[in-house]
Amino acid sequence: MTGGRESAADEWVDDHAGPVVRPYAVTGGRARPVTGTFDLISLVTATRADTGAESGLGPEHLAIVALCQRIQSVAEIAAHLDLPVGTVRVLLGDLVARSLVEVREPRATSAGLPDESVFEAVINGLRAL
Amino acid sequence: MDYGRSERPAGAAPLPTAIKILVAGGFGVGKTTLVGAVSETRPLRTEEVLTETGVGIDDLSGVEGKSTTTVAMDFGRITISDDLVVYLFGTPGQDRFWFVWDELALGAIGAVVLADTRRLADCFPSIDYFEGRGTPFVVAVNCFEGARNYRLDEVQAALDLDPGVPVVLCDARERESAKEVLVTLLEHAMKLREARRRAAED
Repeated sequence: MTGGRESAADEWVDDHAGPVVRPYAVTGGRARPVTGTFDLISLVTATRADTGAESGLGPEHLAIVALCQRIQSVAEIAAHLDLPVGTVRVLLGDLVARSLVEVREPRATSAGLPDESVFEAVINGLRAL
Repeated sequence: MDYGRSERPAGAAPLPTAIKILVAGGFGVGKTTLVGAVSETRPLRTEEVLTETGVGIDDLSGVEGKSTTTVAMDFGRITISDDLVVYLFGTPGQDRFWFVWDELALGAIGAVVLADTRRLADCFPSIDYFEGRGTPFVVAVNCFEGARNYRLDEVQAALDLDPGVPVVLCDARERESAKEVLVTLLEHAMKLREARRRAAED
C-alpha cells in the first residue's frame, strides 16, 4: 500500500545494479543453502515489509526482501539482482531460516502432469491474452 | 476481478501455482524471440555458474584450465490469473549443458522445439532429449524469410517424429503465432496426459 516501499523495490530492479563483488563473497563462501531446494520457478514472497533489526544479513538479503514485496520466482530474483541462481538459493535459504520470506515450491510433476483444470486455465488464459 | 492483488500485504494470501514450459532448439533459431513475443515483460536472463561440482557431467575437454562456466537462460512470464503463473524458459543451446536441461525439464509440463528448415538437424538433440524423457513437445517451424517452404508432413518425416507429435508453422516474432504454438502444446500435453492415465488404468 505504501508508495515508498514500491519505489524502493524498483530501485533494486534497476538493470544497471550489477554486482560489485564476486558471487561467493555475497554468500560468505557457501555453495549451498542452509535449507530448501528452490526450483527456478519456486515463488517467493516476503513475510514482512522490511527485515527490521535482523542482524547478520547482507545488502543482497535486504534486496531480496525488498524485491519480494511482490511475488517473484527464484529465476526472476536472480535476473533482477544480476546474481547467479546458485547464489540466490543460498541467500534465500538464510531468509527462509529467519522466516523473512515464504516459498512455494512448484507442484511435483516429475511423476505426472498437473490437473486437467490447470491445462484448461492456461489454454483459456493464453487465448485471452 | 482485479482487486489490486499486487498490493496485497506480503504473505497474506496463498502463493500462486507456477508452471514451466521450455523452448528448445538450435542456436539462433529464435527461442528468445518466441519467449519475448508472449511474455508480459521483456525476456529476463538468469545465469548458473558451474564450478567443480559440475565437472563430472560437464564435458570440459579442451578447456581444462577453466574452473567455472556460466550457462545463461532467457525466460519470460505470463500471468494467467491470481493463482497461476506460466514461466517460459529458453534452454541453453549447447549439448554440454544437458544437466541444466535436466533441472529445467523437471516439472515442465511441455516443450516447444523450434526448428529452422535450413538447419533442421539442429533440433535433433532437443527432440531426442524430450522423447527420451517423455516430456510432451511440439515442433514449431519458424518461418524465416528466404527459407524454402516445406510441407509439414515433409518436416515430420524428415524429423522421424511419432505421428502424434504436432508440427506447426510459426513466426516467433508474432505474439498471436507464439500463443497458438503454446496452445497447441498444451492441448497435446493434455491429450498425452489423458492417454497415459487410461493406459495406467488398463
